[in-house]
Amino acid sequence: MSQLDDQVSIRDTLNLKKVLIECQNLTHTYKRGGETLTVLSDLNLTIRQGDFVALMGPSGSGKTTLLNLLGGLDRVSSGVVRIQGVALDQLSESTLADWRAQTVGFIFQFYNLLPMLSALGNVELPLLLTKLNSKERRHRAQTALTIVGLTDRTKHKPSELSGGQQQRVAIARALVADPELLVCDEPTGDLDRDTADEILALLKMLNQQYGKTIVMVTHDPKAAEYASTLLHMDKGVLLSLRT
Amino acid sequence: MFQQMTTVTIMNLAHLGSRVGTCLVVVVGIGGVVAVLLGLLAMSNGFRTALMETAKPDRGLILRNGSNQEMVGWVSNEEFGVISAYAGFAILSPEIYVTINVPKLASGLAADVVGRGVSDSAFDLRKEVVIVEGRKFRPGTGEIIVGSGAVGQYRGLALGDVVMVRNAALVVVGHFTAGGTSVESEIWMDLAVSQDIFRRTGGSSVVRVKLLDATTADAIDAQLRSDPRLTATLVMEEVFFAGMAQARAGLIETFAYLIASIMALGSVVAALNTMYTAVGKRSLEIATLRALGFRPMCIVMSVVIEAMLLALAGALLGAGIVYVAFDGLTAATLNGSGSQTVFAFKLSFEMLVTGCVWALLLGLVGGSLPALRAARLPITQALRGG
Ligand SMILES: Nc1ncnc2c1ncn2[C@@H]1O[C@H](COP(=O)(O)OP(=O)(O)OP(=O)(O)O)[C@@H](O)[C@H]1O
Ligand SMILES: [Mg+2]
Repeated sequence: MSQLDDQVSIRDTLNLKKVLIECQNLTHTYKRGGETLTVLSDLNLTIRQGDFVALMGPSGSGKTTLLNLLGGLDRVSSGVVRIQGVALDQLSESTLADWRAQTVGFIFQFYNLLPMLSALGNVELPLLLTKLNSKERRHRAQTALTIVGLTDRTKHKPSELSGGQQQRVAIARALVADPELLVCDEPTGDLDRDTADEILALLKMLNQQYGKTIVMVTHDPKAAEYASTLLHMDKGVLLSLRT
Repeated sequence: MFQQMTTVTIMNLAHLGSRVGTCLVVVVGIGGVVAVLLGLLAMSNGFRTALMETAKPDRGLILRNGSNQEMVGWVSNEEFGVISAYAGFAILSPEIYVTINVPKLASGLAADVVGRGVSDSAFDLRKEVVIVEGRKFRPGTGEIIVGSGAVGQYRGLALGDVVMVRNAALVVVGHFTAGGTSVESEIWMDLAVSQDIFRRTGGSSVVRVKLLDATTADAIDAQLRSDPRLTATLVMEEVFFAGMAQARAGLIETFAYLIASIMALGSVVAALNTMYTAVGKRSLEIATLRALGFRPMCIVMSVVIEAMLLALAGALLGAGIVYVAFDGLTAATLNGSGSQTVFAFKLSFEMLVTGCVWALLLGLVGGSLPALRAARLPITQALRGG
């Protein structure tokens, strides 16, 4: 037992936590009109299980593009994104959809809740893709809402909730299927300072208590302080790393 | 998969409220197609029924071999003598069949009405013929009686009116009904008088018969055909009218499908437009669902189902309009030999099914393309709001 603990602590100190995300020679281009726009060029990146990574950089530097590639929403132009050893470009469209449902939780700047579903209904959505029956789904959705600290307003529609509450619902939705990875694109970009801090504290809690690996794009230097790793990106190149 | 689809569909439908205007375009457009289709089919059905109701199982026509119309038939007096001697007939009614030119009530334009020269046996044969106004014509005179259907459709057929035919002045002395059968569209007169006026002395156009036993029809027909003294066949009314009905109803039906197809093109465009708009407005939601792992197929199906539900609403609207406006309405149409038959529009359950099938197909076409576009739009692009 103690031997095992020792091994784990040694691995930790040597930064040998299991690798979750591996990007090799990642290049991404967009075709706009006749010209080709290179957004990411020859990017290499390793993110380990349990990391909380903040990704900063000027507007248009390719942060969202990278996040979309990590979340399996888009396909790389060249290079490889490997997550838990799975090369995403090898997956078919529908396998990739299934993979997303199981592996990634998305948190967006503008929450992207479905307006005609209640908070609970929104959180339940990802579970429709599982084999759970409706009672189990409801129960798990309730649990997820409890984790994000929203227990009372679960029957309300998104339009009846504040921005911070909506983002909590969105986080519960990202969490409910118990994915390994949470990707957040400016999750506090639309919130005031205090609410933003609450949301960031919630993400940190999810990272520390539930072991979720988080990759978060942000423009807010204070938000970056919640993260364990800070990446800086400019013109499609990763510039500095702070751990 | 099914659960995904129902959820997405329900969400789509929840949006309908905010798009009442554009949805109405689809519902009304497809409703129009179904209304026109059902209206015309009801017309052909009513026509068929009018003819088929005329048919009685124990009645038939003896026609010249090879002709299937009374108009061109001929049975000479000698032949009639031979046939009369056959066993198996309860009633034999030699009849002259002609057309008479009468102006239409609505347009004033002349149209052909069936004129029938008959003896008393015609009334014995068709018990459904009842004088409802005036009296029967007297034999040997230029008096005529007019069916109630014809009275309602043509000018100058009131009691006492005179109809000029080939220099003969025929006086209307009575009106009759015939249980809603096609005979109600005819003008009847004395057999001998009609033979004179229309130069048909020495025979009749047709011999209408009533059999003692309907099951002997085939045997009698065989006997007629093999009789060297005759060139005649027996056609039972059910067969005769079915053939007539098919020929004419079929024409109306072809027309119905043609018009409906042209209109369908228009409504598909409307449906496409509406569904493209609907899908466009929801692109962020669709992208979100897909990011969560919902499969493209599920998005496609839900959009198609929505379009088909709208189309179905249209079908019911169209059928409702036809039912309220036309069912049971009386009209007249040209029939094959140029004379007119009065009939009623009749909707049937099968027609309703036909209408719904059409609507669903239109919905399928109108929904599929927008659905495919929605499913193909790159998620990242839709999430960025484009
Ligand atoms: N679908 C697309 N087609 C063409 N160009 C695109 C597309 N998506 C993004 N771009 C371009 O790629 C570049 C990087 O965009 P990206 O959204 O990744 O930047 P970002 O770092 O997230 O910026 P921001 O901080 O403003 O969100 C930008 O110049 C953008 O205009
Ligand atoms: Mg961005």
